[in-house]
Amino acid sequence: MKPNRTPLASILTLALAAAIRIANFKFEPATLEIAAGDTVTWSNSDDEIHAVVSDDGGFRSGVIEGDTQFAHTFDKPGTYAYRCALHPQMSGTIVVR
Amino acid sequence: MFETDRRDFLRCMAWAGAGVVWTLSGGVPSSRALAQAVLKPGDFHFVQISDTHIGFNKEANPDALATARVAIARINALPMRPELVLHTGDLTHSQKPGEFDTASGLLQELSTGAVFTVPGEHDVFEDDGREYLARFGKGSAGNGWRSFDSHGVHFVGLVNVLSFKSGGVGALGAEQLAWLEKDLAGYSASAPIVVFTHIPLWAVYPDWGWVTSDGQEALSYLRRFGSVTVLNGHIHQVLQKVEGHVTFHTAYSTAYPQPAPGVGSGPGPLKVPAEELRAHLGVREVSFRASDGALALTDSKLG
Repeated sequence: MKPNRTPLASILTLALAAAIRIANFKFEPATLEIAAGDTVTWSNSDDEIHAVVSDDGGFRSGVIEGDTQFAHTFDKPGTYAYRCALHPQMSGTIVVR
Repeated sequence: MFETDRRDFLRCMAWAGAGVVWTLSGGVPSSRALAQAVLKPGDFHFVQISDTHIGFNKEANPDALATARVAIARINALPMRPELVLHTGDLTHSQKPGEFDTASGLLQELSTGAVFTVPGEHDVFEDDGREYLARFGKGSAGNGWRSFDSHGVHFVGLVNVLSFKSGGVGALGAEQLAWLEKDLAGYSASAPIVVFTHIPLWAVYPDWGWVTSDGQEALSYLRRFGSVTVLNGHIHQVLQKVEGHVTFHTAYSTAYPQPAPGVGSGPGPLKVPAEELRAHLGVREVSFRASDGALALTDSKLG
């Protein structure tokens, strides 16, 4: 049974659920589960710049820093591994149901 | 350094400031006071500058362009003009419009015979190196690797931020390794070799990406040579290592320092009090002594 939420709360919940925060050279959360059609937004709180690129070449951001975020909509179910284009030790996964 | 007369010598001293002179004798570096490291004017010397990060303007250094200019002024004030300058990468910071123009202009201000660069990951992450190669790739092969000879020294510039294997950054790749093996084959073991590339070729701290995954393969081609000097950037601090006849030296940045390996959460800009910033930045002079091929490295802080 769906909880009784206002539309604004629903939007905020979706926005929070599909947000990845880059901090201290890590993607948080490292693995994110979403539904097909959802949009994931990356933001960065480090002083260093970051950028994301998917292992299969499906998506690629520019610089992510300060107010500049990156958003990508995942239409097809699957598991999408990605990494930071500048720091290959940073990696994450999006699981699309 | 060298001495032609006392005035020039004093200028050398002023330039090096608290600089340390590393000399190599039989492959083992030892530091000596600058006053003892006297080379003749005919000797060959060149400069390494690294990690200028043009475009960076965060708290760790609100004006990376200004400190890059300080570094260039220092180089241009050398009593004897360096034969060439090597930039070991991260010329620019974020591939934003204008950064490459500014970096290019800066390098043209250098008073030297030639400038050779290798890219850092900051120079190529957004477009797989297209702009970097268009501006700095002339005379290079593949993704920007190259070699040349000067004064009997064989220089090899490698690119370890653009491999096409998964991950890309921190690898040389099979094509470049094959090129390197072939490039070195024609040189006798007594030829001094200088390798310059952005990311350290040895495993400084893999957790932070301070390693080249196939670096050992490259080193296997270099081991037969009697004098190999590897100059790297990327980690914004000076570290050295000796392995047989191969010595490795990472370099200061001219933009901002980074923490020592493993100290803190990651290899980001390290904030220091503003008045101390220049003491964490620097440039390097490398001299070959013609008479016996002895090598001296002088790391000089900007303040």
